[in-house]
Amino acid sequence: MENMIRKEHFRFLDYSLFGSATLIVLVLCVCVGSVNIPLGEMVKAIWNALLGLPVSEGAAQPIIVSVRLPRVICVALVGGSLSLCGVVMQGLLRNPLADGSTLGVSSGASLGAVMAIAFGITFPGIPFAGTMVMAIVFAFLSLLIILSLAYRMDYSLSTHTIILIGVVYSMFVSSIISFIMTFSHEKIKTITFWTMGSLSGSHYQNALVLLGALLVCGAVIFAHAQSLNAFAIGEDNARHIGVNVNKVKFTLLISISVLIGICVSIGGSIGFVGLAVPHMTRMIVGPNHKRLLPASTFAGAVFLMLADLISRVVLRPLELPIGVVTSFVGAIMFVYIFYLTRRRI
Amino acid sequence: MLEVKDLAVRYGNLTILDGIDFSVKEGQWVMLIGPNGAGKSTLVHAVTQGVPYAGTVRYKGRDVSRMKPANIAREIGVLAQNHNVAYAFTVEEIVKLGRYSFSPSLFKGATDEDDVLVKKALEMTGMLPYRNQSALTLSGGELQRVFLAQVFAQDPSLLILDEPTSHLDLLYQKQVLTLLEEWLRQPGRAVLSVVHDLSLARIYGTHGVLLNKGKTVSFGILDEVLTREHLQQVYAMDVYDWMRDMLSRWECACE
Repeated sequence: MENMIRKEHFRFLDYSLFGSATLIVLVLCVCVGSVNIPLGEMVKAIWNALLGLPVSEGAAQPIIVSVRLPRVICVALVGGSLSLCGVVMQGLLRNPLADGSTLGVSSGASLGAVMAIAFGITFPGIPFAGTMVMAIVFAFLSLLIILSLAYRMDYSLSTHTIILIGVVYSMFVSSIISFIMTFSHEKIKTITFWTMGSLSGSHYQNALVLLGALLVCGAVIFAHAQSLNAFAIGEDNARHIGVNVNKVKFTLLISISVLIGICVSIGGSIGFVGLAVPHMTRMIVGPNHKRLLPASTFAGAVFLMLADLISRVVLRPLELPIGVVTSFVGAIMFVYIFYLTRRRI
Repeated sequence: MLEVKDLAVRYGNLTILDGIDFSVKEGQWVMLIGPNGAGKSTLVHAVTQGVPYAGTVRYKGRDVSRMKPANIAREIGVLAQNHNVAYAFTVEEIVKLGRYSFSPSLFKGATDEDDVLVKKALEMTGMLPYRNQSALTLSGGELQRVFLAQVFAQDPSLLILDEPTSHLDLLYQKQVLTLLEEWLRQPGRAVLSVVHDLSLARIYGTHGVLLNKGKTVSFGILDEVLTREHLQQVYAMDVYDWMRDMLSRWECACE
């Protein structure tokens, strides 16, 4: 452990360590659920599906291949993305409490998605592009609104100001969502889904979009690891050592808006993943973003897969919304981090 | 090296700085002097592109506001007044960031030159033994030295320092200022710094800019700037008498 903390970069060994942990949890989550499926059967089912072999007897293959596997993959990708976004926001704003949910970005993205559903905004040819684009645009607009308000009120961007503005903004957005809901009765069921957060109906199509977004935005974000270190130490200091502050900030805000927007349009707003996971990861690998970014991505995937597993298993055969589990853990975490930062640790 | 012409900073109707002219040439240590609220820190922020301003700031003939941030950082090192680290970065990680403008890409790792300069900077500031310590555990004075090491690692030609001795006790004040004096001896270097302590300004400075209420009162060789009349005008007290009075308490104290 000491060795891992000492070095700068995330090496191949670390990648394989975190990667295999993620894979093990993924397998566990595919096997366990309302119906438990033995490991061998699962491997056979996936193998058959990959090779296009005929469906073997029993209910295992359809459950695994068309229900559980896409869902678990989507959960892992959403978890990784949200956690990565949390790290970026916490670094950029030098604020350990920043996260899509605490800043109101997720709510903003939900508003975009809800408007797309209620007003029937679609792009011809691509099935879920309407909600997705609206969610991305609104995530970015929300970030702009929240940050410019925060800068106006308190140039030093203190932790408390941002969180307060985030809370107020979330409430404001929720009121607009409720307002829209009262006018579109027939779509209430679909809209409620967005405010709760769920990945139960995920398809491979969703997984593909998520994977693409995570690869592209993740690469952009990883390339800015050293700049994020500078921001995490202080924006003035970042400028003094030669960071192109505005350009880097803009690039990173666009990247996280795209990621959060896509995550919300697929899974609804799942709270606190980006808050709890980076904090725990930082305790293990330290605050250097060269390690923190990749480590948090894997850890976020693991965290959300486990949360999803709990939500499926705890009241079997009933299913909890995944947001219930993450918010439960996240809220406790929030208080804990808030307590730590008040003592200026 | 640095030339500031007709610089003004305004927030709405409020004028913080107006008509500031001065220059810093090679080998000079220019002290920014003035009472609280004179605009010293704002001037530093403006020169380092931290606040919008009117007028021009030129470095070696180039308009600084048109230079790329990385190119500015290779030439001009800035030590801010306050440091407040939020996460447990190690001392070495912070000092290494001083090399940012030389290798901003993730895929281009630190070069040998980077490592040498970082180590040298840690040594110069006496922070080498602390290199793996978390910045959150350091005292204000230690943190000041960490960021000073970061600036040294940056290897600039011009240093701009906002109250470099503000968090330091007497011993470290002397050490840091002597260190800067040695750093300045290399050809092609210059220092611009804000100081409150007029005695320190006199000991270490070569030139001075005396500010009051956002305007330049005097600029030139320190002896011409720190005259009894100028100081009377700015501080509304006889500074010479006060300094002699303070000194006399030490002279008659029994050793």
